[in-house]
Amino acid sequence: MNAELEQDPLAPVGVAAPPAARVPRGSHPVLRFLLRRCAVGFLTLAAVSVILFAATNILPGDVAQTVLGKEATPERVAALRSELHLNESVVARYGHWVEGLVQGNLGDSAVQVAQNAPDPSVGSMIATPLVNSLILALIASILIIPLALVLGTIAALRAGKSTDYAVSYGSLILGSLPEFVVGTFLILLFFNELDLYPPVALVPPGASPLDNPEALVLPLLTLLAASLPFGARQVRAGVVESLKEDYVTVARLGGIPERRVLSRYALRNALPASIQAFAQTIQYLFGGIIVVEAVFAYPGLGNLLTNAVLTRDVTLVLAIALVIAAVFVVINIVADLLVVFLVPKLRTGLK
Amino acid sequence: MSGVPSSPPVADGTAALSVSGLRVGLSSGPAVVDEVDIRLGRGEILGLVGESGSGKTTTALALLGYSGPGVEIWEGSLELDGTGVAMDESMRSSRGAVISYVSQNPGRALNPALRIIDAIEDLLRAHGAPGSREEVARKMLDTVGLESTQAFARRYPHQLSGGQQQRVCIAVALSCDPAVVVLDEPTTGLDVVTQARILEELVRLRDEQGIAMVYVTHDLAVVSNIADRIAVMYAGRIVEEGPAASLLATPRHPYTRGLLASIPDHVNPRRLDPMPGTAVGVGERPTGCSFAPRCGQRTDACTAAMPALEEIGDGRAVRCLHWEKTPPSESVPLIRSSRSRAGEAPLLAVENLRAEHRTREGRVLAAADISFEIMPGACVALVGESGSGKTTIARAIAGLHEISGGTITLAGESLSSLSYRRTVDQRRAVQLVFQNPADALNPRHTVGDAIARPARILRGLGRSASIEEARRLLERVRLPARIAARFPSELSGGERQRVGIARALAAEPDLILCDEVTSALDVSVQAAVLALLDELRDELGVGLLFITHDLGVVATVADEVMVLEKGAICERGRTEQVLRHPQHPYTQRLLAAAPTVAGVGSDSGRAG
Amino acid sequence: MPAALRTRRGVLGIIVLAFVLAVAFVGPFVAPHPIDVPVGPPGSGPIPGAPLGTDFLGRDVLSRVLHGGVSVLTVAAVSVLLTYALALSIGMFAALTRRRWLDTLLMATVEVLIVLPPLLLLLVLISGVGTSTAVMVIGVALVLFPGAARIIRAATLEVGTTGYIESAISRGERMPALMRREVLPNITPMVLADGGVRFLGAIFLVASLNFLGVGSQPPSADWGLMISENRQILQTNPLALLAPATMLALLTISVNLLADSYAHTLGRSGAGR
Repeated sequence: MNAELEQDPLAPVGVAAPPAARVPRGSHPVLRFLLRRCAVGFLTLAAVSVILFAATNILPGDVAQTVLGKEATPERVAALRSELHLNESVVARYGHWVEGLVQGNLGDSAVQVAQNAPDPSVGSMIATPLVNSLILALIASILIIPLALVLGTIAALRAGKSTDYAVSYGSLILGSLPEFVVGTFLILLFFNELDLYPPVALVPPGASPLDNPEALVLPLLTLLAASLPFGARQVRAGVVESLKEDYVTVARLGGIPERRVLSRYALRNALPASIQAFAQTIQYLFGGIIVVEAVFAYPGLGNLLTNAVLTRDVTLVLAIALVIAAVFVVINIVADLLVVFLVPKLRTGLK
Repeated sequence: MSGVPSSPPVADGTAALSVSGLRVGLSSGPAVVDEVDIRLGRGEILGLVGESGSGKTTTALALLGYSGPGVEIWEGSLELDGTGVAMDESMRSSRGAVISYVSQNPGRALNPALRIIDAIEDLLRAHGAPGSREEVARKMLDTVGLESTQAFARRYPHQLSGGQQQRVCIAVALSCDPAVVVLDEPTTGLDVVTQARILEELVRLRDEQGIAMVYVTHDLAVVSNIADRIAVMYAGRIVEEGPAASLLATPRHPYTRGLLASIPDHVNPRRLDPMPGTAVGVGERPTGCSFAPRCGQRTDACTAAMPALEEIGDGRAVRCLHWEKTPPSESVPLIRSSRSRAGEAPLLAVENLRAEHRTREGRVLAAADISFEIMPGACVALVGESGSGKTTIARAIAGLHEISGGTITLAGESLSSLSYRRTVDQRRAVQLVFQNPADALNPRHTVGDAIARPARILRGLGRSASIEEARRLLERVRLPARIAARFPSELSGGERQRVGIARALAAEPDLILCDEVTSALDVSVQAAVLALLDELRDELGVGLLFITHDLGVVATVADEVMVLEKGAICERGRTEQVLRHPQHPYTQRLLAAAPTVAGVGSDSGRAG
Repeated sequence: MPAALRTRRGVLGIIVLAFVLAVAFVGPFVAPHPIDVPVGPPGSGPIPGAPLGTDFLGRDVLSRVLHGGVSVLTVAAVSVLLTYALALSIGMFAALTRRRWLDTLLMATVEVLIVLPPLLLLLVLISGVGTSTAVMVIGVALVLFPGAARIIRAATLEVGTTGYIESAISRGERMPALMRREVLPNITPMVLADGGVRFLGAIFLVASLNFLGVGSQPPSADWGLMISENRQILQTNPLALLAPATMLALLTISVNLLADSYAHTLGRSGAGR
């Protein structure tokens, strides 16, 4: 997914214009930056909610009919329609939805309502899958960030040599593959051929995914294979750029030892770009998680989403999309903030 | 900081730097620099002068045993302070300690993540300097004329002005008390006043500390003020070398002579005498003398073999078989008859013009209260430093920048500052020639198309008539008509600027705005472009507004001059009047700081 | 783009891509069996007449692989064309328009659309309007165009400060002429480089939708769909997964090799500036 992000590694992700443009003058530039960045993030989420809502309500499809199936009695459909406010205008329904969101209520699942489930609220449906997905994403990020940093840096420092070719070609080819293709190859290898790991990562209700770590191996490997190349290539590009800077040459011409030139001049200044790259990589990873969970039947948010799309459970889909959008906005703010701390020009906000 | 108080050059036996037989080439084959020998006495300043492609920067970097990507040092033996060193990465420990380097762009030469004191301390640490590094570093700031307070030392590069940044770079370079400093165009990006201060500072440092310097530049006028000796490079070789004063007064190589005749000078305005042809590129150099194709005193012997660098006495050396025939420099004073016809109505009248820039922080005033007139056929120069608002004024007149107050009147008609609100005839009447030859022409259109288009849109010529017109105009700007089929990438910078002028002429304009049209060109090419513009003005009677920062250019082309300071005109008048008797302190400062070669030949100069 | 063939990986890419395209577009004419008729027991390994075995319903895997590339390639290609129709007009217009508020509005919309991963946005759209080929084509273009528009706007802005654009503006060229004559030829190399990567993105999205079961519907043959359908016969006939997965892998790898090679030669020659 997110293949287009690859194009401009230094462009901040999400709504962020370059942070440089955002830093206002003032006595507490960092604090002001943070406040403004949060405000922008909030506005973004508001805009996202409009777009998501519009996307699901563009066509006058009848959710009640779809959910209940063709055999449902007209009375039953009518009842569900009124229960879900489907008789009201789009704007009014958006109003209801946002009103709920403000009160911390993500809405009721149409499917659950139709089945007269005791607790049809979307909030309770996504709690456990959200935790499961975050566990997967967190472990993957912890593995990917240092690996991408090391591989990308090595490739950049040895640009044009065999190590670089190995890393670059490897990531080019591995990064070309859709997650479910990688997952399929891994299952065929580790389950069919070697019989090492299970092809599914089921988690019984009430259990934690960490109770059965073996089941997590293949999903994690798949995520790694799909996202690490992306991250490593971004890091490499940043380091290659910084190595071309005049101050690196000038430091070499000043007789500063190469090791120090690399660490204090080249890598130090490539770090902000790498952090932006990690923010993108984590977002990329989230896109991949939707598919990976489907491949391994892992009970996370992605799987829940896919099923909700199949059953046309629009409220549930909206809630999941909004939660993921919120996670992304937070990641972007954190990344921008880290960059501000690392770049003196942004931090001091002078001149 | 040896603190040698003596005045330069210290005449003891050993040289601070000596290199012989230097050859540097591209990994892909051709030589970039060949047969270069340089000997630099202690405390001596050598000006290494050349136009783009002459190999001067490659030579400078090679002195530190460094070659950029794709470039290799093939041969050469180097002695620093009397000790032989290999010209490769093994020089690392000598770099910064015995020989150090200051680069062209101070804004990019400093690590943006390091405080300036840390930048200095890094070098001290690398060379194991004794004593408190912080103390030494603070003292270095003081040495280069900066504040040495802790608050200042803890600043980051972006918190300094360009001039301060360059001083920090010099402080870094001097921190380990090197015998030689190589300065690569250290003042090129700075305004003239700052440049003059840095040059003074360099001479003072040399006087106080006896440091030898290699000052690399394209600008003979700059080195004429500070160098003891000058070496002129052309096509990778030194073609002439000698004491600065004598070399400038009696150039012996026809290239040096041509270069001097190309420099516009504000002290002695004179007619420029451009050299024919263009410099040869790396890999296209002829077997004989590289300058032969452009040389007026060429004989068959010149094209047969490369002449040697011949000692001709008085410490002079020249690489020319016929150096004795080189005529002395002549200075034809400029006779400027005013071509504006008095009594006529002005062509352009600008009244109380006010223009702003929109930035993220709000509106910034670019120009205020600007009023002036241009008579038909007159050439008016608008001179100022970067950020003075001169380009904004030109863009407003060209219809590219919306003004926020005032009026522009062209031949009695009110003119909008937005081109789309102008009539076709108004758009025809005002044409702009751009600063940067690299992007003045659309790389995807042929030269012929570029010139034909305005003729078609603005004059309503038909397709074939406009192409015919384009060919005619190419010849008008002294280019062969056949290049109409070429793309801009196939042309040199000077040729592109001529095409840009032809494109402006295609509209048959009444007024041409020239925005720093020669600032990106080498002086020899600049001289030819200025001569062309002067000629066109004579013939076509077109008015010119000449935007420039270069007072020499002003003296050469303009009838009248306006001096712009921070968006306001601070002085105006006839060119001779303003340049000879400046009234406003800002004009006086600019004139005092502007480098000139004048006078170096007549008195003994500072090298004597 | 012959420039892409100047590197070894470019040549490798074009050879592999030619093979995949041949399978996808010639395959349907040479497939030995129809795609919806059982030729043997479900999930059987290679048997006479079915060299790659049978799928979970007993249909011929080879024939289904030969049929399974047309739709993903066509849908991806058409949506990329649509993507650029949108991105070029919006990106260039936003950069060149004199109405700054219009630029701000267009780009704010683009930035908001970029916050979400494209697949997520597509799934949301499909949950609302259902699935069909048209929805996939339009949907993929809608989620891919913001990134392209942003890059095209940036490239246009860079070109927009050059002398030749200013010269064109001052002589009164109209917006369409500015875009077509002055800007487009100069950003084409960049658009092609970006287009390669975005075509890959489109293939990813279409194949993933098919895999998730919200794209191509049974009984049609599609590489992504085949992989998810045949999960249940993983152990009896792994070829039913391996074959379509390999085809998809060859496709995406070859497209990426070509795109990377083109971007590489572009960077080296400094063209497109």
